[in-house]
Amino acid sequence: MIKSRSRLALALYALMAVLCIPFLFPTWWMITSSFKPVSEIFAFPPTLLPRQFVTDAYGRVFELQPFARQYFNSLYIAVAVTTGTLAFSSLAGYAFARIRFPGANLLFMLVLTGLLIPSEVTIVPLFQMFLDVGAVNTHWPLILVPMLGAPSALQTFIMRQFFSGLPHELEDAARIDGLGRFAIYHRIALPLAKPALAAVGIFTFLYSWNLYLEPIVFLSSPDKFTLPQALTQFVDAYGGPMWNIQLAAASLTAIPVLVVFVIAQKQFIEGLAYTGLKG
Amino acid sequence: MAQDHPLPSISPDVRRSWWTPARRDHFIGYLFILPQITGLVVFVLVPLALMAWYSLNEWNVLAGTFSFVGLGNYEKLATDPALPGVLWASACFSVGLVLFNLSLALLLAVLLNQKLAGTVVFRTIFFSPVVVSLVAWAIVWRFLLQQDGGINAVLRMLSIDGPNWLRGPNTAMVSVIVVQVVKNVGLNMVLFLAALQNVPQELYEAARVDGASRWTQFFRITVPLISPTVLLTSIITVAGSLQVFAQIAVLTEGGPGTSTTVLVYYLYQQAFQFHFFGYGASLAMLLLLIVGALTYLQWSLRKAWVYDND
Repeated sequence: MIKSRSRLALALYALMAVLCIPFLFPTWWMITSSFKPVSEIFAFPPTLLPRQFVTDAYGRVFELQPFARQYFNSLYIAVAVTTGTLAFSSLAGYAFARIRFPGANLLFMLVLTGLLIPSEVTIVPLFQMFLDVGAVNTHWPLILVPMLGAPSALQTFIMRQFFSGLPHELEDAARIDGLGRFAIYHRIALPLAKPALAAVGIFTFLYSWNLYLEPIVFLSSPDKFTLPQALTQFVDAYGGPMWNIQLAAASLTAIPVLVVFVIAQKQFIEGLAYTGLKG
Repeated sequence: MAQDHPLPSISPDVRRSWWTPARRDHFIGYLFILPQITGLVVFVLVPLALMAWYSLNEWNVLAGTFSFVGLGNYEKLATDPALPGVLWASACFSVGLVLFNLSLALLLAVLLNQKLAGTVVFRTIFFSPVVVSLVAWAIVWRFLLQQDGGINAVLRMLSIDGPNWLRGPNTAMVSVIVVQVVKNVGLNMVLFLAALQNVPQELYEAARVDGASRWTQFFRITVPLISPTVLLTSIITVAGSLQVFAQIAVLTEGGPGTSTTVLVYYLYQQAFQFHFFGYGASLAMLLLLIVGALTYLQWSLRKAWVYDND
């Protein structure tokens, strides 16, 4: 019995180890190849570690494009979108869950509409609207639309679901003590909503960090570019990718987020799972 | 200021009778939702209305022409020789993605749910691509999938002659699906894992006492009890599959030919590369119609196959 159990465990480990390959290998290959000289990148047989360790590509990343500036653009846009989304979606989610006001159902239908409409659908009119107010080739569309438009509807929906599930008793007690709505939201409901806020924050940050269609539609000057857009610009005179430089830039983009994730993986994964089940 | 010129006095009683605590509460409710609702009106409703209007006009941004053509763009839609191929590519991509994603997510979740030591490490690994920047991920895979790239190098060591993955119509489609699934399967895996852990253990014990095999337990207990999560994940995954853009743009640019030109990529080409805004808007209407129909279909099917506790 015990023997067959441990044999089963061994088989499961082997299966999981094999399944890990497509998840781990690309990241490994990206990082190691970025330190290989161009001649070694497509060498056969392939080398798991660079035979000749060079860091030229990393210098070139910053020479060819204002990469530090682009890094900062992506980072500050994602932080602005995340902060705004956390504030506005928790306020709206709380109101839809707890405050009864005329028209609440109709207005919530609007949130559900936003939930169902992919923002790609409205990219043509959004471009025209931002063009009319002179905000094309600025970061405003990349901040305002994710923060308040269709992508934020999901976050408001998640927050509403979460607040609906909280027990009323705490708020009732606070109200008897004379706390107003905003104080109850701010001092009672928000602290209880930390897991949901964490999940919403992570989702929003990754969403903004990954945006690609919107930046290439709205932005045209390299010092305004965001990282995903910048990564694809490391090409030679014929439009072919300069692999080692692209991979170095991709590594610089991916590694910091991966490090944060590995450190906080429990909060990441369990927060998402928890909120997903609730929603 | 205000104190110097007091307003014509409304007696406090009258004012209080209108400004009731209930009204005050409604007002606060509206204040709370104001930013979100304003955003949805400005960035969703207005663009939708504009898009419907644009789709009725011939609008070439480069030529600067804008003229009302009625249903002209929709006629063009119906007769566009490229469109059937685009819809076929979208359908292949979505069906392949959803089937592969959900079954792999369920397999990984079941494996992780076996209470083996060290599963946290595997969970972290399977989830990690979710946090890697989408374009960075696509660039690495494009590098790996080159004719002389990493994957074919490994195949060559096993004496297999690998194809030029991104240049053959079928292998290109399979490649973009696999790249996308490996990137995002972790999300669904985590949702499935949480659902599996919520299935009461007593049910399995009872089934074992009754002599049910592992397969029977899985299909008669596990699957029905996690079906709400299957519905949720399939809605999210179907909707996401119709929005795919960056991976296609980086990996294949819709090629070879139009074999991986999905609807959003085609829309982008028509509107922002060829500058046919009116036609782009009618393509967006088509996309909206498809998303709406699919969501409605899944939602109405839920009664048929989702196990409901109530």
